[in-house]
Amino acid sequence: MAVELDVFVGNTTIMDEEVYQLWLDGYTVNDAVKVRMEGGVLDECEASADVLLSDTMDQYRTFQMCERLLHSPAKLANQLLFQIPPHRQTVLIERYYAFDDAFVREVLGKKLSKGTKKDLDDISAKTGVTLKSCRRQFDNFKRVFKVVEELKGPLVENIRQHFLLSDKLARDYAAIVFFTNNRFETGKRKLQYLTFQDFAFCAGQLINNWTVGAVDNMVEDMDVDLDKEFLQELKELKILITDKDLLDQHKSLVCTALRGKTKAFNEMEANFKNLSRGLVNIAAKLTNTKDVRDFFIDLVEKFIEPCRSDRWTAADMKLYLTHYTNSAHILDTFKHQVVWDRYMGVIKSCIFKMYHD
Amino acid sequence: MPGKLKAKIVAGRHLPVMDRASDLTDAFVEVKFGNTTFKTDVCHKSLNPQWNSEWFKFEVDDEDLQDEPLQITVLDHDTYSANDAIGKVYIDIDPLLCTEAASVISGWFPIYDTIHGIRGEINVLVKVELFNDLNRFRQSSCGVKFFCTTSIPRCYRAAMVHGFVEELVVNEDPEYQWIDRIRTPRASNEARQRLISLMSGELQRKIGLKVLEMGGNAVVGYLQCFDLEGESGLVVRAIGTACTLDKVSSGSAPNTNTHVHPNTAPASNACNSPSKDGKEPVFGEDLPSSSGPPTPFRALPTSSSSPPPFSPSKPCSRQSSSSDTDLSLTPKTVEPKPVRCRPGIFLCPSSPTLSTDTLSLPGSGSVGCGHGLSSAPRATTPPPPSSIHSDCALLRKSVSFTEDLLLAASGMGSGGSAGKEAGPLKTLLRQHTQTALEQRGASSSGLLLNAREFPFFTLTSFPPGFLVHVGGVVSARSVKLLDRIHNPALGNTRSYKLLDWNSVTADEPETRDAWWEEIRQEIKSHAKALGCHAVVGYSESTSICEEVCILSASGTAAILNPRYMREGCLDIGSTDHRFEDPSPPSCGFCHIPYDELNMPFPAQLTYCYHCRRQKVPDVLFTTIDLPSEAAVTGKGCLIQARLCRLKKKAQGEVNATAISNLLPFMEYELHTQLMNKLKLRNMNALFGLHIQISVGENMLLGLASATGVYLTALPAPGGIQIAGKTPGDLSNEHHILTIQKRINDTIAKNKELYQINPPELTEEGLGSPIPEPRQRSRLFRSHSESSDELSELDLSHGKKDAFVLEIDDTDAVEDIHSLLTDAPPPTGFYSCNTEIMPGIYNWTSGIQMFTSVRVFRLSNANLTNQGLNKIFTDLCENLLKSFYFKLRSMIPCCLCHLNFTVAVPEEELIQVAVTAVAMTFDKDQAQEKPAEKPINKGSSENEEQLQFPLELCADVSSANTQPSSKVSGVPESTNVSSRVSSLERCSPLPEGRSRSLRSSRSFGGSSVTVVKMTPLSFLPGIRIIKYLGIINMFFIRETTSLREEGGVSGFLHSFIAEVFAMVRAHVAALGGNAVVSYSMKECVLMENPNKNQAQCLINVSGDAVICVRETDQEPTASMTNIGQTCCSANDGAT
Repeated sequence: MAVELDVFVGNTTIMDEEVYQLWLDGYTVNDAVKVRMEGGVLDECEASADVLLSDTMDQYRTFQMCERLLHSPAKLANQLLFQIPPHRQTVLIERYYAFDDAFVREVLGKKLSKGTKKDLDDISAKTGVTLKSCRRQFDNFKRVFKVVEELKGPLVENIRQHFLLSDKLARDYAAIVFFTNNRFETGKRKLQYLTFQDFAFCAGQLINNWTVGAVDNMVEDMDVDLDKEFLQELKELKILITDKDLLDQHKSLVCTALRGKTKAFNEMEANFKNLSRGLVNIAAKLTNTKDVRDFFIDLVEKFIEPCRSDRWTAADMKLYLTHYTNSAHILDTFKHQVVWDRYMGVIKSCIFKMYHD
Repeated sequence: MPGKLKAKIVAGRHLPVMDRASDLTDAFVEVKFGNTTFKTDVCHKSLNPQWNSEWFKFEVDDEDLQDEPLQITVLDHDTYSANDAIGKVYIDIDPLLCTEAASVISGWFPIYDTIHGIRGEINVLVKVELFNDLNRFRQSSCGVKFFCTTSIPRCYRAAMVHGFVEELVVNEDPEYQWIDRIRTPRASNEARQRLISLMSGELQRKIGLKVLEMGGNAVVGYLQCFDLEGESGLVVRAIGTACTLDKVSSGSAPNTNTHVHPNTAPASNACNSPSKDGKEPVFGEDLPSSSGPPTPFRALPTSSSSPPPFSPSKPCSRQSSSSDTDLSLTPKTVEPKPVRCRPGIFLCPSSPTLSTDTLSLPGSGSVGCGHGLSSAPRATTPPPPSSIHSDCALLRKSVSFTEDLLLAASGMGSGGSAGKEAGPLKTLLRQHTQTALEQRGASSSGLLLNAREFPFFTLTSFPPGFLVHVGGVVSARSVKLLDRIHNPALGNTRSYKLLDWNSVTADEPETRDAWWEEIRQEIKSHAKALGCHAVVGYSESTSICEEVCILSASGTAAILNPRYMREGCLDIGSTDHRFEDPSPPSCGFCHIPYDELNMPFPAQLTYCYHCRRQKVPDVLFTTIDLPSEAAVTGKGCLIQARLCRLKKKAQGEVNATAISNLLPFMEYELHTQLMNKLKLRNMNALFGLHIQISVGENMLLGLASATGVYLTALPAPGGIQIAGKTPGDLSNEHHILTIQKRINDTIAKNKELYQINPPELTEEGLGSPIPEPRQRSRLFRSHSESSDELSELDLSHGKKDAFVLEIDDTDAVEDIHSLLTDAPPPTGFYSCNTEIMPGIYNWTSGIQMFTSVRVFRLSNANLTNQGLNKIFTDLCENLLKSFYFKLRSMIPCCLCHLNFTVAVPEEELIQVAVTAVAMTFDKDQAQEKPAEKPINKGSSENEEQLQFPLELCADVSSANTQPSSKVSGVPESTNVSSRVSSLERCSPLPEGRSRSLRSSRSFGGSSVTVVKMTPLSFLPGIRIIKYLGIINMFFIRETTSLREEGGVSGFLHSFIAEVFAMVRAHVAALGGNAVVSYSMKECVLMENPNKNQAQCLINVSGDAVICVRETDQEPTASMTNIGQTCCSANDGAT
């Protein structure tokens, strides 16, 4: 004796947000029922486990049917199959495209290829995110990437328009797309302490300042790639470390400004040349794709780690970088102020963001 | 050429990829009407083609316009091989034929394929230019309006109610044609869909003709059904109530004096205004003076002496005799006959003190179960003093309900020999059949009054004053054997349109007509026996298993106010005096219609508890909705009786006999269950009673649903007393006491739950005109738990008030257990199967219509009846529990119009399908019945949701902004504009205009109109301003990859969702935004999991309407309501 068929269809599609989350999280129907029972839904409404199972199955089926539409969210609004109020559509889409920071950290900057997809079970084991959920998130990344890759215009706006996401989520996706496109290395041990949000912030900085779209919105180009011209110009900054006078002058200007304002002054003074060389070298190398990939690891190795070992505080860091950037303007022989600002502006905010434990 | 149909194919979207190589589609469209086909150009390599075709014009007869659907086929062009069909759209253009309905059909229709379901959408424009046809002998009936709604539609008033119209058409089922062996099932299903669409159109046209003939202009309560008879063909039949409706201009006050027509009645408030006599609208009174008075149809036989129009020589006249049926006795000289036995039930409303089972067996073996029994006789062990009342051929005789009863019953040829216990009686039964045959002649002539005309009304709610008295439920059933279609001409005909219904298939509809005619006659005679001249809330249904078919009809015997008909139309002779003495509307309908001194069955009558002037029965069963003016105490609730009966597998006549033998017992038990459950809830009346009996290969399922109410006018029900058979047995007695205590507790709990507090004190104060000392003692006793009282029970004494249940065997114990296992709905929930819940008056606008289907497989082959009953009961109860759980976010809410349909699709399978609507109400005001319209209270917390328009729009700017930004970020002007556009949506503007309004702010295409759906005839807080026509759609879906689609559940789930989507799309294309009186008539699922296949047929219907929010409310307030329901925690209800 068994229920062979059991369906419930409402004219307005009924969706329980809790069950939706369980579905998204990759719970099986039975596990979802367990979770719901523990959640105490039953007590509220005098229902039995059977009822819960039947409800969960119904909802899972509904979500599965909706999934096809969620792949192109714009369709959800003008499809006829499900009558879903607009605010609920928004929730559905937003939740579907939401991702786990733990998961995204693992694939950030990786090629979204079949190979990576095969490794998802390892990632699942490592992060504790179910394989099903990993696959959904991975596919979401890939889908967004594919759609946006070829599109002109501002990246965040493109994502928002095509996937009807909130501004916050669209920015996160922009970061993912940007990282994926430039294949930034994020998986090294030294970078493990950084969260996705750190990277997302940096990506935002890079997108807003270093891409073609950043300078001129009218240019029919993409936000996804770094401004090649700018990268070429960065080579000019080398003069800051190759010209001995300039380097010394720069150092003395910074030290004058810092003196007495921080406990770490001595370390700053001692390390100035090293640190400056580090930052300028990063800039000069960015024409190489390989070095672009290592951008973050370089930042950590060449700048953040030395500072951390000298126990700079975040405030020290801020102070130092501000003066380091500004002092360059006073150097008479240094002609590349615009490029310098464009470079250091991003570097400064990235390092601020990345300088934590 | 009385009509020109024009169609334009605009565009397609979301088309499926048909060419794997390019991932695109080369789509074009074929537009077909009748035998003419047009094609659009091929739109190469696009999934969103823009055809923007010319106007395709079809010049056709209006007859064809009514019968044929417009067929739109979307195909993928293929240069080298045959073009692949993507899918089809059938558009019923009937709504365009009516000047008052839609003027244009325009919108996105889902492209439907029987295998793949919905595959994209197509935008189509359809218009009709109709020329007047003044030909008297025309075959078309354009302009007759059809309504599924079983009351006078909201924006009309009934100038005249003409009466019953019925028609049926028969065809061969394409599914069973020889050609199926060579064509694909898909082609076969396509053919079936097309055929049924055609047959529906034709049926509607024919009914329309009848209506015109009667002088009407509309059919209300139109009920169309399909009988898939398998190899013997396909029957499409319909019944309805012909009316002359006048449009009420919106907002016009009910004023009988100033209106152009002197007899104007406010149809818009007819159904919900508790108006008193003074305001009583006069229907049809002054009709001759109005322009073009319709000729009223003499819907009623005037005297019983009119000669029977049946010709006795016709084979069917034999069937009209009201009895027969022990098949072994059927004269073999007659051709192999359809077996028939009609255990029509006849639920008479009363007989309280006599412990009487009123088995009225009007010849046909119909069992009338009286209720209000002070003891419940079981067929197995009849209690000593019972009496049978049989009114075969209007003869009345009483016999005691012992073996004599069965003899009497079987003597009349009834199927009384069901079950094991009836075995020994079989021989007796045979002996008496001779008598039965003799009596047959007499009864048939006595019964026949006027064979063609039936005073039946498919309406279930009426304008105030229309319904004078209600007698009780009348029903009739008949078991038939379906014959093959013996018509060689049919088998060879390939084109359905070529069939000439009047000649080729002449025999076939005739037989079916005769079957129904017979049943209707019986219903009519039952009504007469109850002293009533009309039957209201009338419906017909069938259940088919292989070649056996059970035909059922039921309704409520009633007396109607003749002023609403034409004079002389109703047979008012004996009951005349009642019209002079108008009873108060709140109780008048309860007053007995029959003659007190010459009652059709023994009944206990008391004076009306409301007006004290007329007699009322103690219990009232009806199939109609609770009249809005009725005085009710407390709230109502859903009451269901469920029953399973095993039967041996058999073939042909043996099978039919077995079924007909079982039927009376099932009816009886269902009735007993209903009565017990009613008492248990301390209620005294049932409304919306619907008894369904379904036949399967090895079992019969019976499901009776009704809404129980405590009518203030009727006496308080007594409690339920438990009596043991062996009073000496101590342990037994203890057991009985425990049960009695549980029952009493339940009654008390229910009283509280349903807030039943009858005003007993006032009664005493007034001094009741009939001294009733028993009254109080009964109330006392029913709550007493004293064993003394129990033992005092004297079963031989009939005059007991409490309902006695006797526990004499395990069956009875089971029954009582099942009585008590019915769980009440959880707090905050109410349920009923009528339009609205008695006792709830303050609906808010949140609604959620749903359909749920469950199929249960019985794995155990040797189940007992009891085991089956339990399974069936649990199945129904669990379904209800599921609904409560799913809809918990709508609390407080009421499940209205819970419509259960049961079927036995295969051996060991039980299928239950439910369609209902959950409606929210305001708890704070739940107590009193407001004099004026319910006030909708918006909840203030959801103020930010104000701007949710009535539509789901693709507008990116609004869709992707977070709710929070909506509150603060959106400037006031935006709010206003979205409000405007949502209102725009509701207005009867052509689609194009409102779309352009929105286009400025929308991104990526158009929006989708929100279409509300409800099985009710109205939407709370919303006013219907226009009826756009009837929606009647039939779909078949099939799959050969059942597992891949998520098994049967996945398959059906998406199919039902698709059906909803297609209904909504058609309504939206007509310019509507809601469907009222929606129902799912048919849901036939066939599966073969081993082959990974399944197939399902669904038939749905309803009325497309345009509605706007009640204007007398502040617009913002009602906006709040919409918004509130949209965002209620779990399921937006729109």
